[in-house]
Amino acid sequence: MLKDEDRIFKNLYNDLGADLVSSKKRGDWIKTKEICEKGREWIINEVKTSELRGRGGAGFPTGLKWSFAPKEVGSRPHYLVINADESEPGTCKDRDILRFEPQKLIEGCLITSFAVNAHTCYIYIRGEYFKEGQILQKAIDEAYAEGLIGKNSSGTDWDLDIYIHYGAGAYICGEETALLESLEGKKGQPRLKPPFPALIGLYGCPTIINNVETISVVPTILRRGGKWFSSLGRSKNTGTKIYCISGNVNNPCNVEEEMGIPLKDLIEKHAGGVVGGWDNLKAVIPGGSSMPLLPKKICDTIKMDFDACVENKTGLGTAGIIVINNDQDIIKCMARIARFYKHESCGQCTPCREGSGWMWRMLERMAKGDATRDEVDMLMDVTKQIEGHTICAFGEGSAWPVQGLIRHFKDEIIERNKFDPIVKQKKDIPYLVDQHLLEKENA
Amino acid sequence: MSLKKISKDQPENFKFNSKSLIAAEKVISNYPEGKQQSAVMALLYIAQRQNDNWIPLASMKYIAKMLNMPYIKVYEVATFYTMYNLAPVGEYFFQVCTTTPCMLRGAYKLVDVCKKKICKNESKLSKDGKSSWMEVECLGACVNAPMIQINDDYFEDLDPQKLGKIIDQINNNQKPVPGSYRGRLSAEPENIRKTLLDNNNA
Ligand SMILES: Cc1cc2nc3c(=O)[nH]c(=O)nc-3n(C[C@H](O)[C@H](O)[C@H](O)COP(=O)(O)O)c2cc1C
Ligand code: SF4
Ligand code: FES
Repeated sequence: MLKDEDRIFKNLYNDLGADLVSSKKRGDWIKTKEICEKGREWIINEVKTSELRGRGGAGFPTGLKWSFAPKEVGSRPHYLVINADESEPGTCKDRDILRFEPQKLIEGCLITSFAVNAHTCYIYIRGEYFKEGQILQKAIDEAYAEGLIGKNSSGTDWDLDIYIHYGAGAYICGEETALLESLEGKKGQPRLKPPFPALIGLYGCPTIINNVETISVVPTILRRGGKWFSSLGRSKNTGTKIYCISGNVNNPCNVEEEMGIPLKDLIEKHAGGVVGGWDNLKAVIPGGSSMPLLPKKICDTIKMDFDACVENKTGLGTAGIIVINNDQDIIKCMARIARFYKHESCGQCTPCREGSGWMWRMLERMAKGDATRDEVDMLMDVTKQIEGHTICAFGEGSAWPVQGLIRHFKDEIIERNKFDPIVKQKKDIPYLVDQHLLEKENA
Repeated sequence: MSLKKISKDQPENFKFNSKSLIAAEKVISNYPEGKQQSAVMALLYIAQRQNDNWIPLASMKYIAKMLNMPYIKVYEVATFYTMYNLAPVGEYFFQVCTTTPCMLRGAYKLVDVCKKKICKNESKLSKDGKSSWMEVECLGACVNAPMIQINDDYFEDLDPQKLGKIIDQINNNQKPVPGSYRGRLSAEPENIRKTLLDNNNA
């Protein structure tokens, strides 16, 4: 288990208070000026040494991303944008940073803005986190009042303004280019990439976008050294991570642990074990709803880091761990996730817009046992037609969980839906009708 | 994608009151010159707050003029995002999260309570016109599931009895306390905490 002294978020459970005075007592804003005086090169290199990878889901190396920003500011200003949209089902870590450790985020914003030459930083918070946004605004006001940000922030000679922008309930705005569209006052529909935001982002200007957790760990990394961070976990999968453990566990919780901790340890030690005991475990979704689930057999041994998850055909994603035990109907659970994606598709790409509805309706029927044997393969085919054929990664996010279900629980689906194909049964089932429109008024 | 219903009864005129105007000007100044369109989301919220928690079409026209953008662009934004109410909702607006992590811990039992105690139908006003409820997607508090949002507040770690009591309180004009209903401070593991043990609450 990670030692308490190596935990970055000392106030994860709000024992100590989120105000500036308490935050300073636990080490925030110490020698921020000296860190910046070492220069941009040094900061970016130190973050590269730490091997920090983005905590927003994709795990892109943070130092590398920053180095894509133009070295000199040209005719267009640079922007830093913080992604606090946190809407991936199973994930609730950024919320606790926003409300309990806001100064870590604000200090991170200053150091990052300095490193990527930005004078303006927007923090995009999901609209539902209104209360968290208010706490963050208070923290920003405190930081301005003390001269930590604003003109000549913390005596660094660097001017920085931080503004909060509230979303309004659209999961897709977590995707970085949809987020930029939304910041510009438009519908949150993703842009084609390239061009990448680092060169053409907000208002067409160079923009660096990072997750809340990514930015909040930066000050501690720079104070304790990139080497310290990379000594935790293993190569390319370093540091600490906030895991959210939800679902059928006895004590659901958020906990900061070392990267690569065994999944079983997280569930048994920190979350009080699976309801009904470890043997009652059915499956775990390891990284927020977009990532394929894992059956118990793999859960017995898997370690929670980026590469170990990929080796098992899933992903660490946001580290939102959803535990499902044998008392649940696994097909129903995944049908509900499919409904989420159907609801949240932005509608730009046909495979995603139509396919997400198809997957949902097929899974609902499979949960009821109303589908036929051959439809399982048809469902797999639908996922393959979405994956890789869309503008943004939402397509994969909606297709992968269904693929995971079929990969590991195909027998169970077929057991419940073992009827002959419709054509053989010569039944008149209007199954191309949009069932959902009949069943639910606002679907 | 979700469809949104727009109220048939629409006021003819809409104007920001002075409080809203001050708030609007402040938000607009957060964005660079010429990029005032960025403020449209915030202005829709301000209109919603001023107008009993829903946004009439007249306010979209008003905002379009204020930000010097086409009305249809404001309309697009207002219909795209789920948190803008385009028809009246209850003074107390219950949003029940039913996405899988909440569902695993009994969210649909909370839906039953809402059906019984507020209104049989989703997004319709209760008999006394005070409340309405709706199923929503993950609200980002999954570790405190099942949970609901009432207006701006999160109510976490619920069960049907506790939600029933909350609704009774509201019906009796009392203000229910937001937060965890199992006495948790935040997202810590209840009773079995093994980390940050030097802190005072551990
Ligand atoms: C559909 C979709 C939703 C996303 N939602 C979020 C989110 O809520 N929060 C977040 O930080 N990143 C989210 N991302 C990832 C972002 O696009 C982006 O990779 C991330 O913010 C980059 O930050 P990082 O490098 O610090 O991880 C999402 C991506 C996709 C495709
Ligand atoms: S993949 Fe889906 S969410 Fe992404 S741009 Fe296409 S339609 Fe929109
Ligand atoms: S699933 Fe209900 S808060 Fe996340």
